[in-house]
Formats: sequence, C-alpha cells, structure tokens
Amino acid sequence: MKSLSEIDTVSKRSSRAAGFDWGVAEEVGKNTRMLEMLGIPAIKNLNHYFKIRNKKNFEKINLINANNKKTQLEYCPITAGVNFLDQVRNLENLNEIKFLNMAYPILFLPFVSRASEVVGKKILLKVDNRTFLLNFNNSIYSNSLNDGIITIANSIEIKFQENVDSFNENEWKELYELAENTFVEESDSLKQSGAGAGLTDND
Amino acid sequence: MKIKLRDPNTIMKLSKLGSFHQSKLSFLRSFLKEFKDWTYKRDLFDLNELGFGTAVYSFKKNNRIYSLICFANQLDKNERSDRVIATKWDAAFTLHDGIPTKQDIERLRNEVPKQEVGRLSYKELTLSRANKSVRIFNHVVDSLSEGNQPNISLLSSVGYLYRTTAVYGSGKFGLADRFRIKDREEIYGPFRLEMMLVYLVRQFTFDQVNHVAKSKNPKKAVSLDPEICRSLGIGNSTGLGMAPFIVNHPTLLNNWVLARETVLKEIREIKKVEKKDSDLFIEYLKKSIRNITTWNTDSEYQQKKIKFLLKDLDNFINFIEKDFDFSDEFAFNEIYLWLEKNSGDECIEYIVSMMMEPYDKIVNPQINKMSSEEELQFNIPTNRTVLELRNILEDKYKQILKIDFSKKENNQNFWFISKNKEEPRLANRFEEKGSDLEQPLAIARDIKKLYDTLSISKNSSTIDKFLLKNNHLRHVVRRAFIVEKFPYSEIQDNTISKSIVPIDMLRLKLSFFGALKFDPRSDKWLRICMFQGAPLPEQLKNYDDGWVYNSLN
Repeated sequence: MKSLSEIDTVSKRSSRAAGFDWGVAEEVGKNTRMLEMLGIPAIKNLNHYFKIRNKKNFEKINLINANNKKTQLEYCPITAGVNFLDQVRNLENLNEIKFLNMAYPILFLPFVSRASEVVGKKILLKVDNRTFLLNFNNSIYSNSLNDGIITIANSIEIKFQENVDSFNENEWKELYELAENTFVEESDSLKQSGAGAGLTDND
Repeated sequence: MKIKLRDPNTIMKLSKLGSFHQSKLSFLRSFLKEFKDWTYKRDLFDLNELGFGTAVYSFKKNNRIYSLICFANQLDKNERSDRVIATKWDAAFTLHDGIPTKQDIERLRNEVPKQEVGRLSYKELTLSRANKSVRIFNHVVDSLSEGNQPNISLLSSVGYLYRTTAVYGSGKFGLADRFRIKDREEIYGPFRLEMMLVYLVRQFTFDQVNHVAKSKNPKKAVSLDPEICRSLGIGNSTGLGMAPFIVNHPTLLNNWVLARETVLKEIREIKKVEKKDSDLFIEYLKKSIRNITTWNTDSEYQQKKIKFLLKDLDNFINFIEKDFDFSDEFAFNEIYLWLEKNSGDECIEYIVSMMMEPYDKIVNPQINKMSSEEELQFNIPTNRTVLELRNILEDKYKQILKIDFSKKENNQNFWFISKNKEEPRLANRFEEKGSDLEQPLAIARDIKKLYDTLSISKNSSTIDKFLLKNNHLRHVVRRAFIVEKFPYSEIQDNTISKSIVPIDMLRLKLSFFGALKFDPRSDKWLRICMFQGAPLPEQLKNYDDGWVYNSLN
C-alpha cells in the first residue's frame, strides 16, 4: 500500500512534469492525498487525465462566472479548480455556478471541498447524476464515491448551502428542556456571591 | 525587563544557523527524557557466531509497544559504502508499531535490507541502515575475545561501532504516515521515533560486538565495559538529502527556531540568577570544552571554526571568572550582550545552548511546541491585496530583496532530484544539464521575482486576480503568507548562490537532532555522532541529564 506522503509527492511531481506550475502542482499533491485518504480514486483519474492531456487540448478557464459554457474544448479540472478555490470568496455571492463539459471532474472535487472550508459553508456539487455534499473539507458525502475513472462531466452544478439548522425550533426546545434537568437552582445567598456581585454595572 | 526575540533577518542567515549547537531542546535529549520510564527489553537475539541474524528490542509502557527489528547481514568489503548510491549494508533496521508477529519478521526480512527499493507497511514507523566502522569493530572483537578491554583512545578517535547512512520516516517507502500516530503524547516532539531507532541501534551494536567476541573465544572473552559503551554513540553520514527538508517544512523550521529564541529571551529576562544555576552553567561550560578539544575533523572549514570557537570560549571563561558578577541583575542578558560584542557566531550560539542547561522550567514547556501541522497553513488567503503582500515581502525579506540575480554568482546553482536515488542534489546551472527541471528551492530568487512583479501590479488588486496571470509564482506567494505568521520559517539567504555552503543547512537540522562534533567531509556532506555519552537503556530510569558533558571523550 502506498502511503499518503508518497501519493502527495508523486502527484505533485507528475503534475509539474505534466506542465503545471510548481505552486499548482503542490495543490494537486494535497488534493490527491485528501481524496485517496477518503477512498476516492484520485490517482486513477489523475494518471488517466495526464495521459490524455498529451494528446488533447483543454480549456483553461480564468475568471469563473455563474454560467461557464465552453463547448469546443473540455475544461481542465485543475485550472478550473485552482481558480474556483482562489475566487471562491467572490463566487459565494452567486446563487448557483454551472460548468458544461468539465474533464475528469473527480480532480475538480477537492478544490471545491477546500473552498467549502474557506467560506465556512457546505457546498452541494452535482456532477451529472452524481451528488457530493462537501462539509468544510472535513468529509464528503456522496451517492457515488467510487465510480473509477470519470472522463467527462457534461454538467456541473455548484450550490453554496446556507448555514441553517437541520431541525425545527420545537425539536430544539424539547431537547433543551431535557438538558435543563442537569442544572441546579441557585439559592439567594449563592446569587449574592456570584461573579460581579457587589459591583455596580453603571460605573 | 522585557527582551525582544532576536531578529529573524539576522538569526535565519545560513552562517548563523550553521553555528547552532545541541542543547536541552535537542530531539535526542527530549527523547531520552520522554522514554526514561518506559520498559526496555531485548525480545529476540538470534545471531550466528559471526554476528549475522535477527534481533528485536522494545520499549513498552501500558499498552503501547515500539519494537526495533534488526537484520545483520554479511557484507563483502567491496560492497560497503556510506554513499546513498549503496545497495547493501552491514545491518538494516525498522521500528515496528507493536509486537511483530513471525509473519511480520519474515515479511520485513525480505524488505528492510533492500531499504529504498523495499516496501514497508503502515505498521512500520521508521527505517534505517548502518555500516560498521570495520577497524573499530574488529579491534573491539579482538580485544574482548582475548579478555581485554579495547584501546579507549582509538575508540575515542572514532566514537562509534556503526554509522547509519540514512534514517527514514513519515510515509517513505510505505512507512506509516504521520497522521496515523501524531496524536500520541509520547511523540509530540519532532523525530522522536527516528531518535528511538538510532538509540536502540546503538544498543544492538554493543550486543553484537559482545556476541561475536564471545563466539570467537567463549572461554576467554569478556563483555565491553558499560562505561566504554556509554562513551560510544552511533555515527551518521549525512548528505544533501537533508537540506531541502528545512525549506520544504517552513512552519516546522519556525517552531524549532522559535522555541530556541523563546528560551533565550526568557533566560535573558531572569532578574536574579540563583547561585546553583550559575554554578551549573559554569560547570557544564567547562566540562563541555572537552567535547570541543576532542572534535576531530580533516575539514579546514570546520577546523577554522573550532579554532575560533575555542579562542572565543577561552576569552569568555576569562571574562566570567575575572570581570563578571552573577549577582548583578539580569546576568544572562549581560552575558549575551557581551558575547554579541566580543565573540563570533559559533561561540554566541554555543553559549546560548549552554545557558539553557540550568533551566528545565523554561525549556520543557517549549519541547512539545516544536512539532507542526504544515497543512493548516497551505491555503493562500486570496482575498488579501497586492499591497499587503508587497508589504510582507519588504518587512520579512529585507536582505533578500537586495540580491541582484542577474549576476551569475547569485544564480549559479540549481537544486534537482537525482534520477538514480530520488535524492535532492545541487549543481552548477552553467556547467551541468537539467536546470530546466529545477526544484522550487530557489526561494530567494523567486521571492525577488514576486516582488518585482508585485511592484508593477495594481496595489488594490486582490491575490486571486494577481494569480490569474502569475501562477508561476504561486509557490512563493504561499510562503510569503506563511512567513507573515511564522517569522522564523524562512532561511534569509540565497540557496543557489556560488557561495552557498550546503552543510550549514545540514548542521542546523543536526544541531536540533542533538549531534555533537560535526565533521564535514566536503561542502556537501558530513559525519556526526549521536548519543555519545548517553545512558544505556538499563540506566535510563535514573540518568543525569548532564550526560552530554560527562563523556569519556
């Protein structure tokens, strides 16, 4: 079994050899390590992408918008990912972001996961019929974690999830009332000697 | 009185870092402190009469066990080489997490002696190999087998029976990744498991030499005197492979140097130095001179450094004994200021290390802060502006921004990874091929490029926009934001200049390991000795932390 350290190093060096700048190669190393740790086949996809990249051109997107439609060439998932991560603080104001024709979308996934941590919001990522919920770069939930090599995503949709509770107010209140049973009623004398006692709050 | 931490622009110069010495913060000393109450055991010792075979040693506490597995092999003298290009060694070792099963040992017997081309598993933590100092080993065997102890002055001239030529950890060749074990309290300090491996290897060398002597002459042989064992360590040959490590781990480097600087600052802030503490400082300082006078090296570079160190120390001791009163307030601060005026870097840093000796209370809290999580600083804050980044560079890289990289001598070398051994190497870009495959270790040059590019960019532009056109500088943009928060994370020197002395980078790291007596064999590799004078495993429970200065050597 390869260690994550080896996976990081080899992914970084191969990305550099494939023509990416060192700083971008470092990003790919960390991403591949993270996906492999979560059991997502990053090495398979990266290896396949770099072999195809020798024979085919890919679109290198710079500024990311709400709708990114390049029909002639497929988007490079690494360039798109780096720029998505770099620009995410502006992008989170958009309700939804779409890409058409993204090559090897598994390689785009970790950038979005890291973006979730940067903005402090969960992100829902739809890759055709596959759904990934990215939780602050701590975990990834999906209906499709190990589909092997995915060469193309016809459609990618990204939605920033608002930080909202998963329960209603009544459910919270009921649980809170139960938790209150661990509290002790204070006597008058204890109230008198508590923190701040004897001081005026109007000084 | 509040003392400021020393300026990173001065401390992080290579000539300064290359003058650091071992101290109470050193990893081999903190390893011994941490493991002194663990149970040591020799679990297996299955060597033939020539000393070839398998041995297992362990440290145990509660449910945690670490086992060193040793494989000693016959080696033709023509095959023995300390170079990283070697493929066979006298002995090979791995530190296993837990008790190895018979299947583990058989698996490892096939893999560990192959070293870099073998495959380890997540159950192994560190990997190493070592060669005998044949002259010394044979002399000890011959002496013991005749019932005599070996010639101490001959042993002192070398200092060890074996020298390791590499110690690997953290995921190399399939070894366990650091994330699997990083939460174990006993290994919070850096390189603890590497230190454990080297320490147990040292014991193996004594057991092996005793065993071979006994096998040679069972009736007459005696065991090597434990006091002589104590005076021997484990040698180590170290080359350029270690140098890029400190560039590639900026927050770790920061935490090492910050710990040292924080300890120095707090010692300088002591208003009243107690007599017992000043006495200990002077006692250890005087004893330590012996370590320097027995520091053998053929390197003119190092001989010169030793000569100046001895001269400066002589002046310093003279000053302490004749002109100094420890009852004055802030005595160690006065000492430090005197050193800055009257001594070279080698002596200043030597005394800084010695000042720590009386102060466990100041040193110990820093030890567990010397690890780091590099990943936490990996993301670039792309919402910051060009102006902010330029200000960081002007503040943190003052000297580097003055270097003219259009001059050949400032751009002479390049770092690359050798195809043969996948190890970092340094070469002249104007004489050797391969500079198009240069590693991103020319930080000073790339920081200067970044600064020049920032200077013609719009101040209010954010870094995400800057990177759209300048991703070729992404690796140094990341570093600049790291150095903003971690002031000692960057070497303030040009690592590709004609005048670079790579062994300064090695020496920095080895001083934190706790190595004594650096012996440069060229400007690119050196030999050292570790654990010389250290207590033996059976002596750990009640050992004297001043052992570094009690060596027979």
